[in-house]
Amino acid sequence: MVDGEALDAGFFSRWMLAAAEDVEREADRLTELDAAIGDADHGGNMRRGFEAVRTALRTDADGAGPGTPGAVLMLAGRTLVSTVGGASGPLYGTLLRRAGKALGDAETVDVAGLAAALRTGVDAVAQLGGAAVGDKTMLDALIPAVDALPRGFAAATAAAEEGAKATVPLQARKGRASYLGERSIGHQDPGATSSALLVGALARGGGA
Amino acid sequence: MKMLINVPESVVPDALRGMAAAHPELAVDPDSRLVVRGDAPVAGKVALVSGGGSGHEPLHGGFVGRGMLDAACPGEIFTSPVPDQMARAAAAVDSGEGVLFVVKNYTGDVLNFDMAAELAEDEGLRVAKVLVQDDVAVTDSTFTAGRRGTGATLFVEKIAGALAEEGAPLERVEAVARQVSEASRSFGAALSPCTTPAKGSPTFDLPAGELELGIGIHGEPGRERRPMMTSGEIADFAVDAVLEDLRPDAPVLALVNGMGATPLIELYGFCAEVHRVLAERRVPVARTLVGNYVTSLDMAGASVTLCQADEELLRLWDAPVATPGLRWGL
Repeated sequence: MVDGEALDAGFFSRWMLAAAEDVEREADRLTELDAAIGDADHGGNMRRGFEAVRTALRTDADGAGPGTPGAVLMLAGRTLVSTVGGASGPLYGTLLRRAGKALGDAETVDVAGLAAALRTGVDAVAQLGGAAVGDKTMLDALIPAVDALPRGFAAATAAAEEGAKATVPLQARKGRASYLGERSIGHQDPGATSSALLVGALARGGGA
Repeated sequence: MKMLINVPESVVPDALRGMAAAHPELAVDPDSRLVVRGDAPVAGKVALVSGGGSGHEPLHGGFVGRGMLDAACPGEIFTSPVPDQMARAAAAVDSGEGVLFVVKNYTGDVLNFDMAAELAEDEGLRVAKVLVQDDVAVTDSTFTAGRRGTGATLFVEKIAGALAEEGAPLERVEAVARQVSEASRSFGAALSPCTTPAKGSPTFDLPAGELELGIGIHGEPGRERRPMMTSGEIADFAVDAVLEDLRPDAPVLALVNGMGATPLIELYGFCAEVHRVLAERRVPVARTLVGNYVTSLDMAGASVTLCQADEELLRLWDAPVATPGLRWGL
């Protein structure tokens, strides 16, 4: 458990690599969820993007990786924008780039600082996509997760997973699922689901 | 589901290698995923760049050539391409007269093209954007992502492309592209879902004896499911849905578009029904195009796109075009 500790660049790299593993493992499920109310490409797109993040983190700075938490998130964000495509690329890319930018060039950050930076990123996502809580999007997992994050990674993970599950009865108002109108009700949102994976990977940033 | 592919991961670059082989007049780069006019940049001409997810062929790569697009950026199947790709395309075709991005209204396409426009403008290019949003099956409201871009994309790319070929300035090309976009509406129906190579099975279940009304072009389910209808009944439904939103006071351009797996004999039969309904509604038809142009992989079904066209738009529609997908007047 690293909740009380200073989080360094190594923590952030491990977080991204853990997220890449989780996305790889869950890609088929993300695609299944997307097939029901979208266009059946979310798993493949996220897998391609996080695979590229993994490569970018390993090859940056001659294998040493980026030197600060902010630099890790900015590199991951840029990589997602240039490899994912679809709506997920710009949205996840913006989330991580803006959070990374908010961290500046600090060598370490505590959990409260991470929560504040992620909130900046989440706000940028909301603005870019024009969405709010309850629209059946990734925000339904991210916003409760950021709210809970000061209480620790486990609380954030639980909040994200609960938020993702709570998208099931919602009618989509943004993104491709919104074309279905009422028929989008009864399905879990794939974007909220992948967001919960990203939050869930935080707990493994400590290397446990 | 059997498919004529090697592995799902290489479907897009494999198709681009085939395009390169078949069309030496185009510069096709399967690695950076660009389809560019062989003679680009064309001096003194505004350049048109479009792109979007693959799986809609011949849109967009098949519409690159004289009188239409200067470049197309194919993304993964049903996935918007990335900003770097679009910015590279813009740089490759800009003659100094500026670039028009033709963007179908999907969240991903809009976000990526916005980012690409910023990148291109940072490099000193003049960039304008036109959004295509013609699908009346989606209510355009604050409660949805807005109407989807479908068949009208072909009208916008053909007509604005003809105007650019004549040497019109960027502002004029953009204005006419917007006019065409705003004067066009579409409605589609699916008889079967489609199968993406990555998923390998149909994107939704459609039992025998039922059809899906108000579909898009990404294998997403439509608004409504009904017991199977005849070609004439589908034409009544589709044309009336379009005319509810578009009340033409001039002759229309009509696109009777196949979704990919419906044979031409059925499309022509459907075209006859579309003309019948339009005649009953007293809407004169100036030009008709029938075929598979804005497709959704192997989906069966058809869409109808109507564009209210004045004399100038008809003149530009009739102007010469030389692309893999559309070719006339040469």
